[in-house]
Amino acid sequence: MANGETLFGLSGTALQLRSQRLALLASNIANAATPNYKARDIDFNKALEAATSGNGTSVDQAARGALGYRVPLEASLDGNTVELSTEQTQFAENAVKYRTTLSFLEGRIGTIMSALKGE
Amino acid sequence: MANNNLSVFDIAGRAMSAQMLRLNTTASNLANAGSSSSSEATAFRAIKPVFKTVTQAPGIATVQVDRVVSSNITPTKRHDPTNPIADKNGDVWDAGVDSAAELVDMIESARQYQNNVQVLQTAKQLTLDTLRLDK
Repeated sequence: MANGETLFGLSGTALQLRSQRLALLASNIANAATPNYKARDIDFNKALEAATSGNGTSVDQAARGALGYRVPLEASLDGNTVELSTEQTQFAENAVKYRTTLSFLEGRIGTIMSALKGE
Repeated sequence: MANNNLSVFDIAGRAMSAQMLRLNTTASNLANAGSSSSSEATAFRAIKPVFKTVTQAPGIATVQVDRVVSSNITPTKRHDPTNPIADKNGDVWDAGVDSAAELVDMIESARQYQNNVQVLQTAKQLTLDTLRLDK
């Protein structure tokens, strides 16, 4: 297993990826009014698969490898492909899933702590 | 991540500054919408910010105001001989401001400012939750 994997398992990597995706979606929302800005996103499953494949791919590399451009539902005249409805739902979904991963980690830390204390 | 220090807080924070500048230009445009001038050259023209993407890493980008430009709306000539600033033909030039467009712009920038505040709040909450992970 890759370093750190043994302690936090899949959730550790997933949390890092969720955090990167959070910054990415924040960039899209920040650039909602910038002409010619192309919205981008990570294919989360693809990135997680690459990061946990065990062939030494770092989380950063995995995220970069799964990066793609958003296909807008409706093209806008100024070349901007940010659609706030899409970005906001994706952002909310990502935040909830980040929180979910966090509770998985909480459970795991609780288990480890009780094992360490031997109570 | 160490060398590209653009966090969610920087991204949303700088976007908020850009939107605030846009709101400020809208305010000055609306404030000057009713002004007139004695010549076409000196009449007020609406000012607009030009947004530019600042990219740190692929996909990680914020926004900044590149420059502020004057719009190309031509001031309207109006015949008003009673106006003390009218020229020798009795004409004055009203400011080149599209009030309706400015109001729409105002709502849009306020909304986008709110979006960024929301992003900031979510990111803050998640960061705090992560900090309290072992509690």
